[in-house]
Amino acid sequence: MPMHDNMGARCGAVWVIAEQTDGRIRTGSLQLVGHARKLANQLGTCLEVVLLGGNLVGVIQPLFAAGADRVYLGNDPDLALYQPEIYTEMVVKLATEQEPEIMLVGSTSMGRELAPLVAARLQTGLTAHCIDLVLDENGILEQRVPAYGGLVSITCPDRRPQMATVARGVFPMPQLDEDSTGEVVPLDVPDEVPGRVQTLEVIREEPEGVPLEIASVIVAGGAGAGDLDGWCKIADLAKVLNAALGSTRPAVDEGWIGLETMIGQSGKVVSPELYIGVGLSGEMQHMVGITGAKVMVAINSDAKSPVFEQVDYGVVDDCRKFVPVLVEKIKEHRERALSRSSRSHGPTSI
Amino acid sequence: MLRIAVCVKAVPDPKEATRIKIDPVTRTLLRRDVPLVTNHLDRNAVEAAVQLKEELDAHVAVISMGPPPAETIVRECLALGADEGILLCDQAFGGADAFATAYSLAKGIEKMGGFDLVLCGMASSDSGTEWVGPKIGALLGIPVVTAVREIVERDGRSWKVKASLENGYRLVRVRLPALLTVTRELNTPRALSFSGIVSARKKEITEWGINDLGVQEEAVGLRGSPTITANLTIMNGKDSKRAVEMITGTREEAAERLVEKLAAAGML
Ligand SMILES: Cc1cc2nc3c(=O)[nH]c(=O)nc-3n(C[C@H](O)[C@H](O)[C@H](O)COP(=O)(O)OP(=O)(O)OC[C@H]3O[C@@H](n4cnc5c(N)ncnc54)[C@H](O)[C@@H]3O)c2cc1C
Ligand SMILES: Nc1ncnc2c1ncn2[C@@H]1O[C@H](COP(=O)(O)O)[C@@H](O)[C@H]1O
Repeated sequence: MPMHDNMGARCGAVWVIAEQTDGRIRTGSLQLVGHARKLANQLGTCLEVVLLGGNLVGVIQPLFAAGADRVYLGNDPDLALYQPEIYTEMVVKLATEQEPEIMLVGSTSMGRELAPLVAARLQTGLTAHCIDLVLDENGILEQRVPAYGGLVSITCPDRRPQMATVARGVFPMPQLDEDSTGEVVPLDVPDEVPGRVQTLEVIREEPEGVPLEIASVIVAGGAGAGDLDGWCKIADLAKVLNAALGSTRPAVDEGWIGLETMIGQSGKVVSPELYIGVGLSGEMQHMVGITGAKVMVAINSDAKSPVFEQVDYGVVDDCRKFVPVLVEKIKEHRERALSRSSRSHGPTSI
Repeated sequence: MLRIAVCVKAVPDPKEATRIKIDPVTRTLLRRDVPLVTNHLDRNAVEAAVQLKEELDAHVAVISMGPPPAETIVRECLALGADEGILLCDQAFGGADAFATAYSLAKGIEKMGGFDLVLCGMASSDSGTEWVGPKIGALLGIPVVTAVREIVERDGRSWKVKASLENGYRLVRVRLPALLTVTRELNTPRALSFSGIVSARKKEITEWGINDLGVQEEAVGLRGSPTITANLTIMNGKDSKRAVEMITGTREEAAERLVEKLAAAGML
């Protein structure tokens, strides 16, 4: 991949604020770098990545492999955990010096806090939870988000950088070129930060069951569950299918399940083989979170629900009554299949 | 005394908000008279403030930027226990993006006097950017913690909080004055009480326009917004590539057939 020369560029660079966990660049960051590479090529400028962390030796190669020309690297024990003040200060200072054209941030917990802190300091615009980013004929970034049953393009015509957050899974994983290299620019940790807020510790809580991000079967429930009892029936369906349980915003608002299970524009983007949407209406803000599912099913009591226009199989019924029956039928099917296979293969010796 | 400001937003009732659509012909928003309610998570923020007031010597002010009908939600927050209500209301505030909203609210908070704690919901149900809180904090120059789900410890002005992450939480120490955005897990908002409603009638709601805030018209509303919204495209399920096959029959039959379809597709 040719190195782009900033001097000849028509505009500032395209930036990605990358993240790593446990010494690996996050998938979402690499997807963002892949898409940013295309934008940089179209603008005739270079692609630069900012990566901050505590122990980044041997971590950054995938960023070059995904298309970065240059990595600004803050590698310091003080940066091991996300520290809002230091991180904001470093990104703001660098952006003020380098004047990037575009700054893209992953829609992660960190990105969702860091991006508005940086944008406010730079007095520039920031678009939340984009599902697509394209350049218009003037090279202005069109930041697309679903809204009110439509898709709107948000632009930031006058101020720079143009900033947006994007969820993991919105853009595909780029082809990685393992031989690619680029420039590493080390960053100093500022010595004067006020120290008014400090991340002391990060505690992981792994949700039970299959994680949504890698699940091949997902059962998602919505407002149609009605109450916690109805919700538990949907959860049973997920269990019998060994599926991950996803949700829509109202299910989270009702307190039936945690925010980490929400699928959609401001939640997770998933790509299962099989998706079963139960008691949900197929609002775009939810449906954009499901990409490339092979088979999609909807169960909804309203035959006119828009969800039926977006799936392969539909059942019109009260999910609170239908789902328990479906669970039984799946169990029966399993038992039949099991007895068939034991008949055809004979008893297995232990 | 601990001075607390809570930012509350009037949003279209989420239970009916999906009725709001873009008119395919005029490309304008069809609001269909969906009633305004207090943003869900802002109720958690108000609850947190009122609980602090019950425990400590505190003064709770709520501030909202919105059209005149937003006064009802400010009144509701007073009935829930807030001491003072401010409504930023001016034609010039209209069409604000998250930055211009945060700028106006930050100016309002400054005018209200010094605050030890500013609370926001993590997200609003209508725009849902999650930006307004942290931007207010950045503009006020105070530390910010987003997605706070628990206040673990208060040691004078040094607080320890749990902030939600996608797969766990951060334990964060923050020194006041600070801005926190809160999640549902933080508390269970109390219901409105009759005595609260009665006492709220006696409380004043102050209305401020741009002249009261001493801000320029270019700095707020649509004109003060770095981002602009363009190009509404109407999209709906009909654009989907999938052709649905409806599975019919009795409940038992439909379940049976669905299982067969899924098995045939190799999904079971
Ligand atoms: C900025 C922003 C971001 C958002 N991000 C997301 C996001 O990431 N993810 C997300 O999910 N939402 C998101 N939303 C919310 C989204 O717009 C919709 O409100 C939400 O997806 C609707 O959820 P639902 O389908 O469960 O509820 P509803 O739209 O209320 O649909 C409920 C459905 O259940 C059916 N039903 C009712 N009773 C029964 C029954 N007994 N049996 C079967 N069916 C029944 C009804 O016919 C209806 O179709 C966002 C909104 C905004 C403004
Ligand atoms: N117009 C407003 N008036 C008062 N508070 C607001 C307003 N808009 C947003 N907020 C606050 O900012 C939070 C996040 O909103 P948002 O950035 O729109 O997701 C809300 O929960 C409110 O606490």
